[in-house]
Formats: sequence, structure tokens, C-alpha cells
Amino acid sequence: MVTLFGVFLLTLLVITAIGIMRAQHLFVAVMLSGIFSLQMAAIFFILDAADVALTEAAVGAGVATVLMLGALALTDDRERGPKRHRWAPVAVVTLTTLMVIYATFDKPRLGDPSAPVHQHVAPWYLEETPRLIDVPNVVTAILASFRGYDTLGELFVIFTAGIGVLFLLTNPSKEGALSLLRSAEAEGLRHHLVPRIVGRLVVPFIVLFGLYVQFHGDYGPGGGFQAGALISAGFILYALLEGEGRALQVTPVRLLRGMIAGGALLFVGVGLAGMLLGGNFLDYSILADSPIAGQHLGILLVELGVGFTVTGTLLTVFHAFAAREQRS
Amino acid sequence: MEYVFDIASWLLLIAGGVFVFIGGVGALRMPDFYMRMHAASLTDTLGTILVLLGIALQAGLSLAAIKLAAIMVFLLLTSPTAAYALANAARLSGLAPERRIADEGGT
Repeated sequence: MVTLFGVFLLTLLVITAIGIMRAQHLFVAVMLSGIFSLQMAAIFFILDAADVALTEAAVGAGVATVLMLGALALTDDRERGPKRHRWAPVAVVTLTTLMVIYATFDKPRLGDPSAPVHQHVAPWYLEETPRLIDVPNVVTAILASFRGYDTLGELFVIFTAGIGVLFLLTNPSKEGALSLLRSAEAEGLRHHLVPRIVGRLVVPFIVLFGLYVQFHGDYGPGGGFQAGALISAGFILYALLEGEGRALQVTPVRLLRGMIAGGALLFVGVGLAGMLLGGNFLDYSILADSPIAGQHLGILLVELGVGFTVTGTLLTVFHAFAAREQRS
Repeated sequence: MEYVFDIASWLLLIAGGVFVFIGGVGALRMPDFYMRMHAASLTDTLGTILVLLGIALQAGLSLAAIKLAAIMVFLLLTSPTAAYALANAARLSGLAPERRIADEGGT
């Protein structure tokens, strides 16, 4: 049955991908890529990767679609005419496809217990997590504690991306005057009664769900990345309904920038605190009296840092796009 | 008693499936945008809610049923709003309902 679902979803995925390629109107392509992400999330869920599925649904299908639409509003929404030299891309794609198909011959069957992935460190993580960290969600234990370095690196990728977008899109000299101007001008969808009232009803629950995902990451699928995407989706919805100005009154740009830097600093700070207390960088065990309590505290703080940075970055990028829109 | 729940849940699931199917056919076959959209909005509201009710009956009184109820309330609020926003956007961008159909309906 699961195989049937998988084949069905993968077929839909291929159809959607062809649709994206063939779409001349870029708005259609953006919408289809949102659908593509949603299908990917369903496939991840079938493969029992609930954490990844949640991220894909929140970021790929939710926030990324809004950001792409924001980018479209700045540019043209029609594709330019076809380019002449198409042979090189076709050759590259054909070659890669053949290589991938050739590689699948060596691939172990799905869920095969003797596959290399299940022989390497994965059994160790599964066995030792209850003893060393004692959280039910092993994914969170691996992500935040065992492989904290990797997560720190990912966080800095997001941090850098946010800083990059800020450099490209914001104009610091005009900002103060513009934010005042914007609050008067930008009305959002305020004159549309139905979306506004339903939106007002829904936004608090989206943010609440985001907080639940943030703090429930030890027990179920979730954590800072997913929560950051969900919370910023809630705020973006608010900004779309009530207008840029009001949203910036709730979360001023300065606060958002503070969140971007503060989250990354919190993560590094937790690592340094471990060093100052006599352990290794990102070793949480010495943060509290017992190693397990220390691990819990460390994971909580680190996830909080991730959540801050992700929320700050996504909202800053959104506001950077939206501010451009009104200036031009 | 269990049979009753099972039968009721299957009836709800089948009814939901039928509505989703009708919505799908309508979204493809209806003559103009507003009618197609109306048919498509049937799948998010009635179709999905019937399917979710069917699943909730299978789940019994548990945490899963409460989560399903929360999803149902969320969908009941958001799907009609999305349908409204879509129709409103189409109207504002100047897409008129097909003339011929409007006349037939009016007389």
C-alpha cells in the first residue's frame, strides 16, 4: 500500500516538474513549485522522515512560495523567449540522469536492515540516545547534540543568507522615513473583510503551533528550523492582511536583525559556556548538575537560537522584498 | 458496536471520496472560471471534512481524534476564505462570468 502511495506521489511529482518547466507564466511556475514542495513533504512523510516533512511543508510550500511571489512582483512575471543554445543543458541533464540511474543499481532496497546506512553510526545513536541524552526524538538528539557542529554550520548558512539579502535589498539611508510613509500607504488587504477576519482568527494559532513545535522538538517531530518557518509564516500572513506598516510596528526591523544575530550568538554562546565550564565546545553535559539535565538545557537553548535566527531571517527577507515593491 | 462505527466511518469515507471526485470532474469540465472554482472548493470543504470525520471514527476517542478535529476546524475556516479570496481576486482583475451562462441563469 505504501509503495502504491509512493509511486503515485512520485508520478505526480514528475508531472509537476514537467509543468514547471513548460509554464511560460512565472506565476504559474511558482505556484507549481509550491505544489512540488507539498508533494515532497508527503513523500518524506511516507519515508518516516516526519521532521524533514514538516520543514519541507513549512519552508518549501509556505514561506518560499511567498518569497518567490515577492520576487516576481519586483520583476516581470513572463518568461523570456527560449535561448538558442540548448544542447549543452540537454547533454548535461541526460548524462546526469544516466549516472543516477546507473547508481540506483547499487542502491540497497528501501528499509533493508543490512544497508550501509543502518550499519554505520545509526545503531549507536539509537542505542545510546536514551542513556546519554534521554529524549524520545532521536532526530533532535542527533541534530542538536551529537552533531551540534553541523547544525551550527547550517545556522550560519541561514545567517549568511539573511545578511546577504539585507546587503542586496535594503537602502539604509531612506529607511526611517520610508517606514513611516509605509504605515500610511500600505494597507494590505485591510479592505477585504473576510480574509482579514479569518486571518486574525488564525494567526495566533499558527504562532502558537509554531511555539509548540519549537518546544516539543525533544518529544516529537519539530525543532527550531520548523518552528521558525511556522512562526514567520504567521507573521507574514499578518503582514499580507494588515499591511507592511502594521507588521513592522509589531516586529520592527531592528528587532528582527537582533534576532538574526542573537540566535546565532546564543548557539555559539552555549558552546562557549561549555568550554568555560571545563568541557569541550558544544558539550552540554556540564551545563547542569547531571549530564542528562545539562543535555536537555543545552538542546533547549540551541534550538531556541535556531528558532530566533530562522524567524528573523525569513521575516527580514520578506520585509526587504516588500519594501522594494512599494519603493519602485 | 464496533461494526456500527466501522460502517459509519466507511460510509463517510466513501461519501467524502465521491465529493472529491465530483469536485475534480467539475474543476475540469465546468464552462467558466467561477463555476470551476466553485466545484474545486467542494473538495476542500465537504470532501475533506467527510474524509476526516471518517478517519476520526476509525481513531476513536484518542489524541488523534482531537488533532483531526483541530484540522477540521482549521479547514472549515481557511478553505472557504481561500475560495472567496480567489474569486474576489479574479473579479477585481476583471474576469467576467461567461455571458451566455449568466443570461441562462438570469431568465
